[in-house]
Parts: sequence; C-alpha cells; structure tokens
Amino acid sequence: MQVNENFEPVIVAFCCNWCSYAGADLSGTNRLNYPTNVKIIRVPCSCRVNPMFILRAFQKGADGVIICGCHPGDCHYTSGNYFTRRRITLLYSMLDFLGIERNRTRLEWVSAAEGAKFAATMEQFTADVKALGPNRRLEDLRCRKQ
Amino acid sequence: MLKISKSRLGELFDAVAAKQTLYIPTDREPGAAEYKKYESGMELTKELNTVRSAKDFFFPQTENLADFKIEGKTIEVKDIREECGDFVVFGVRACDARSFTILDKVFLCEPVDSFYKNRRDHGTVVTMACSRPAETCFCQTFGIDPTSPEGDAACFDDGESIFFKANTEKGQAFIDSIASLLEEGDTAKLDEVNAKTKEIMAKLPLAKLSTGNFGGDKLNEYFNSDKWAELSEACLGCGTCTFVCPTCQCYDIRDFNTGHGIKRFRCWDSCMYSDFTKMAHGNPRLTQLERFRQRFMHKLVYFPANNNGEFGCVGCGRCLAKCPISMNIVKVMKALEEK
Amino acid sequence: MQEAMIKRAKELLADGSVDRVIGWKRGEFAYDITPAVFTSAEELERDFVFDDFTAANVSKYLVKETAKEGKILAFLKPCDTYSFNQLIKEHRIDREKVYVVGIPGGPKLDIEKIKAKGITGVLSVKNEDYTLKIETLYGEETMPFSEAVLDKCASCKSKKHVAYDELIGEDGDVLESNRFDMVEKLENMTAQERFDFWRGQFSKCIRCNACRNVCPACTCENCVFDNPKSGIDNKAAADSFEENMFHIIRAFHVAGRCTDCGECSRVCPQHIPLHLLNRKFIKDINELYGEYQAGADTTSRAPLTDYTKDDCEPSVVHERGVE
Repeated sequence: MQVNENFEPVIVAFCCNWCSYAGADLSGTNRLNYPTNVKIIRVPCSCRVNPMFILRAFQKGADGVIICGCHPGDCHYTSGNYFTRRRITLLYSMLDFLGIERNRTRLEWVSAAEGAKFAATMEQFTADVKALGPNRRLEDLRCRKQ
Repeated sequence: MLKISKSRLGELFDAVAAKQTLYIPTDREPGAAEYKKYESGMELTKELNTVRSAKDFFFPQTENLADFKIEGKTIEVKDIREECGDFVVFGVRACDARSFTILDKVFLCEPVDSFYKNRRDHGTVVTMACSRPAETCFCQTFGIDPTSPEGDAACFDDGESIFFKANTEKGQAFIDSIASLLEEGDTAKLDEVNAKTKEIMAKLPLAKLSTGNFGGDKLNEYFNSDKWAELSEACLGCGTCTFVCPTCQCYDIRDFNTGHGIKRFRCWDSCMYSDFTKMAHGNPRLTQLERFRQRFMHKLVYFPANNNGEFGCVGCGRCLAKCPISMNIVKVMKALEEK
Repeated sequence: MQEAMIKRAKELLADGSVDRVIGWKRGEFAYDITPAVFTSAEELERDFVFDDFTAANVSKYLVKETAKEGKILAFLKPCDTYSFNQLIKEHRIDREKVYVVGIPGGPKLDIEKIKAKGITGVLSVKNEDYTLKIETLYGEETMPFSEAVLDKCASCKSKKHVAYDELIGEDGDVLESNRFDMVEKLENMTAQERFDFWRGQFSKCIRCNACRNVCPACTCENCVFDNPKSGIDNKAAADSFEENMFHIIRAFHVAGRCTDCGECSRVCPQHIPLHLLNRKFIKDINELYGEYQAGADTTSRAPLTDYTKDDCEPSVVHERGVE
C-alpha cells in the first residue's frame, strides 16, 4: 500500500492506572523515548475499556488503538484483566472479521516496572500502524481534518 | 403517443445520463430493488417496487444543515447550502408519485424548507404505470390509479415498448430532450394491457378497502377506540414502517462534534421510538399503545383534517411486506371500522 | 397440530391454570402472521394459527407479559425455548407466571424467497408433499418446499426443547448443523474481500432497529443507542462509520447471550445477514473458551462474564484465519 512518507499515525493507548500508566511514567523518568504519536488515556483498570471507546477512538481520528494492562494474575482489582482478555480477544476477532487490518489493534501487558517494555511496545506499534497508512476502513469522514 | 422499443431503453438511459444525473430502480439481489445512480449497462428492475421509497431523493435520511466553527469565544455559522444539480428519477410508481404531493404539503408550505425545495425544483419525476399489482397493493383506496400515474412525465409499458406522456412543463422538457430516440406509436396494445390491469385491480384482496369514515370529524371516536390495545400489542417499536413509508416525514435535528467543529444535521426520526419528541419535561407518549395510535391517527385522521381530506397514506403496501410482526395500516383500518 | 394446540389452550383457559395464551394470529394474506395474546376460547377459535409461516419467536413478549398479573400459556418451538431459558437466566421473565407448551419446530417458510422467484400476487400457499402450490393473481405457481425454507431453519441447530411444562408432539435432538459454514467462508477470504463484503451489506442498513427490537437478548429498557448520555445515540447512520458501529456494538452486546434464534436476519427489511456476526462470536467462543450454547440451561455463566486463568491472549487473532 502506498504510504505517504510524511504520514504520522495517531495512536491512542488506554493504560491502566496501576501498572501500565506507572510503566509509562517509568519510561519517562528513565529518559527512554517513545513516539509522540501516542496519546495515553488513563483508566482505572484495563477492563474499564468498553468496545465503544475503541470504536470512538477510530472514529475521531486514531489510526491505531492499543490497550495496556497489568499482567494476568497481577490485576490491582484481582480479576479485571481476565475479563479484558476475553472481551478484547472477541472484539479484535470481530474487527478482523469485518476486514479491519489486524495490526491496527493490540493488547499488551505492561507492569509498573517495565518502563523499557512500554517504550519498546509503543515504538513497535507506531511503526506497524505507520506501515498500514491512515485508517480508512473505520473512519468517520465527517471527522477527517480537511 | 411517443414511444421507444424496450430493447433500446439502455440507449435512452445513456442519453439522459449524459446531460444530468439519472436514477433508476435496479435489482440489488433477487426480490429486492433499489434506486441507484445510473451507469451504462444498468438494467431497469422487473420488481414491482423498490424496498426504500423515492422520498429519499427529496428528503434524504441524513442531511447536513449547517456547520459551526468555534475559535476561542467566537462561533462562526457556515451556510453550507449548495444549489443541487439537475436530476431525473425514472420508474417511480403511482403510489410513490402521490407521496410527493403529500410531502410538498408539509415542506413547501410557509416557512418553506429550502433544502427540500432545492431538490424538488431540480428533480424531474418520470413515473411508470403498473401492470402487475401485488396482493399488498391498495393505492385505489386513496384514489390513485396505478395505470395513470402522476409525476412530471409518465411512462406506460405495453410489453414491447415504453410510451411517454408529459404531465407538466418539466415533463415536456424531459421528453423533448430524448425526442430524437422516440417515434409515434399506436396505443392499441397498451389499452389492452391497461384494461387487463384494471381487471386485476378489481380482484385484489384489498380492492374493497375504503377510507369510508376516516377523517377529522371522527377524531374522538377513533382516538378512544378500545381496539388500540389489541392492535399495538405485538408492535416492537422498531421504526421499520416509518422508514420504508413514502409519506412519513418526521425528522430530528442533531449536532455532531467532529473534533474540529460542529455539524448540525437532520435525520429521519420515527414516532414509534420511545424518545420521539422528548422534551424538557420528558416524553409525551410513554406507552407503545400511544405511539402506535399516534402514527395511524396522523395518517388517517389528523393529516386529512389539516389538508382538505388528503390522507397520509398512498397504499404502496411496503409496511405490509416489511413489518417484522406483520402489523400495518390495513389491519388498523379494518379493526377500527369493525363494529 | 393447530387443532391440538387450540384444544389444549382452551382446556387450560377453562380450568383456570392460565388466564391468557400467547401465540400467532392470522392476517390478511397467507403469510402475514402477527404474534398475539388470546384471552378467550372464541378468540382462539377465530384467529389462532400455527402453520408454515409462524416463524416468529414469541419468547421476548413474555418479558412484558410476566410483568402483569396472572399466568400465561406460551407455545414455544425448540429454538424459542433457548431464548426463553436465556431470558430466565437474566431474570427478565418470571418463570412462575409462564406455562410452557413445547411444540414442533420448523422448517418454516420465507415469503421473501417465494417472491424472489418472481412469484407475485400471492394469495395462498399450500404444502403438498413438499411441493408448494401457490395461488396468485396471475395464475398458479409451484416451487419445491426446500427452496422456500427460511435461512435460519435451513441451518437448524436443535429440535430439542430445553424448557417446557408439557409437550405436544415429539421432542427432538440437538443437531449437527452447517451453521458456521458461511462464517468459515468469510474467515478464509482476505481482509479486503471481507471489508468489501461487509460494506456492501452495511451500506444497505436503514437503522430501522427491527433487529434490535425483535432480539430476545436485547431487553435493555434504555438502549445505549437511544440514550443521549452514551454519546452514540444516533437515529440514522450518517456515514459508513455509523453504519458499521451499530452492528459491531449490538453484536458485541449480545455476544455469549445470543441463542442463534435467527430472528434478526429474518426481520431485516434489507436482507442483511446479521446472523453471521452473531455466529462469528459463537464460533470464536466455542473454539477459544469451550463449547457453549446460550439458553441450553438457566444456570451456567455467560462466557463474557466468566474467565479462566489460562485463557488465550488476543494475539491469537493474528494466528487464525486469513489476513
């Protein structure tokens, strides 16, 4: 697919407050760079993420959406991320079924101690989405900036 | 009357489409037709009518009304209205053609709806007479003759050729624009076809349905009828009837935040919905019975009362075919008339 | 069968076990059946019908009916009993207020398929030894019964009644059905082909909400699509995104609770194959979290409100099907 060299994807990252958001903070304090394309939205737990949030992000201009949460077994609320895992697996499978590119969505477990992993994940994900080009299949034309 | 052989319809469509946008009813899949913008090679459907009615051309399902740009504390209002291009809608049936008269009464009375008027002024309606009515048809009940449809120009199919007749100036202009493809024809066979169609019309299961006592002066009697409970019982409140109906005209106006401005748009609404005409104090009709009753009272009593006896239904039969639980205006009319 | 049902309904009304009956009422033509509640023997005798066109699932009406006083007799086909159980599990129906009589299932007929053959002006449809004799305004037509069967009946998953107080006729078995065939076919297409297929389908959607309103799993009193506070209340699909969004979200909301009754596709005025979305979820759940049939019982946890510590990761999506 022809991709404009200057295309910079908009990435929305839903990060759970207790692990992955702290992990993002850690990558900052360790002065590890990760792309400025990533816009972080803090949620109390990854299971707060409603499928509507993901669709809304795509509607309003996101090219890729990633969800970060605590590792299974370590959820601050005990079992939230288990529900996330099932819910997001089914949602991503449905998006794939409808023909949305697989690499536009991801789920990653990042703990509060994994600052390096956070930065590396965001770097990799941004590169993957950049290769796909702008989101056209789940786009709301009214929201496209002229 | 001027005519063209059916085998040359493609040429005719190509000629029309070369000068303005042309929409014809075409098959989407076996058993379902829809209006589509004509492209060379597209064929006219053999179905009696389309699933969605022709009101879409003058009153689309969604339409932008205005844009707002917000910068700091100033709001700029943008008028996004554009002059519509000329277009032709071909193959409209008599029922849908009558629905435009009804919609005109709503949108073209003061204050005139400029969006609707824009499209109405630029659109030419070319109707097609029916020869194979369905069991769900009851346009006769509302004084519509399917063998003699309204519209700017009317077409008649005798099996081999399509005949053209102008009803208005616009229709005459349309026929003049394709006159080079037409020739004079003898209408003897057409008269036979029309006579046969009238025979079938008399045999239709709903041929005897009459608007009889319906109208403004029976308002209280019908409103308080005890039949509404039974009639509305199975209604799902879905809105299918209102969306396939060629005369339903309710709409909602909403604002959409695009992230870099607001788009104010209007979209079809349905009186079947639980939040229809929700106001600051709440909803005026809290039960499905009231909403169901409202729809049919509007079509059979309130609209004729306000519009010199013109009913808000054209007998197209779409609600008979598409309601998920098979409730429709015919069943309502018959139940209310039952003593 | 219709006679036996009317007879039994009259008996139960007469002895006071129930004070009303929910079933189907005949309409103007052969095929326009309306679900209806009958309160007397006369009404039953005059209007009750059970034939090749009574495909409607009446279990959802029981939500409204059991909120009233008294007990109602419900005639449920095997597929309807699954919806019934699911509604019991979700506490939407008061079991005490329903007397369930299990009745034989389909296959039921689809008038749209008869009309798609070019048969118009249908006045009556008679089944003679699996050939349909159709009387129309334009003469008599025939077609094989099998070609007019409803899609949902053609891929029937079970003739077993999973809930009943008594049965009229025989009980059946859970069947080996081909209901995931089309889902698999789509999974094996490329992403672009799948996208084109679904765009072609969803662009037809007129947001009539018939699918949502007929669905037994959609019983929210204030649906998210009608709620201005949700931010996604839209009456019409203003563009392709909104066309997609409604269906993705609705399929997701019923995931794990959908009993695959097929009503959504049957009622869609634009013939969108909505059941494929729900079957995709069912297939995924079966493959990833174990075989699960919603409505088979009233006690098991729905897959999306349950988990195991060893569930697979979402990255499994990258390893399945065709990209």
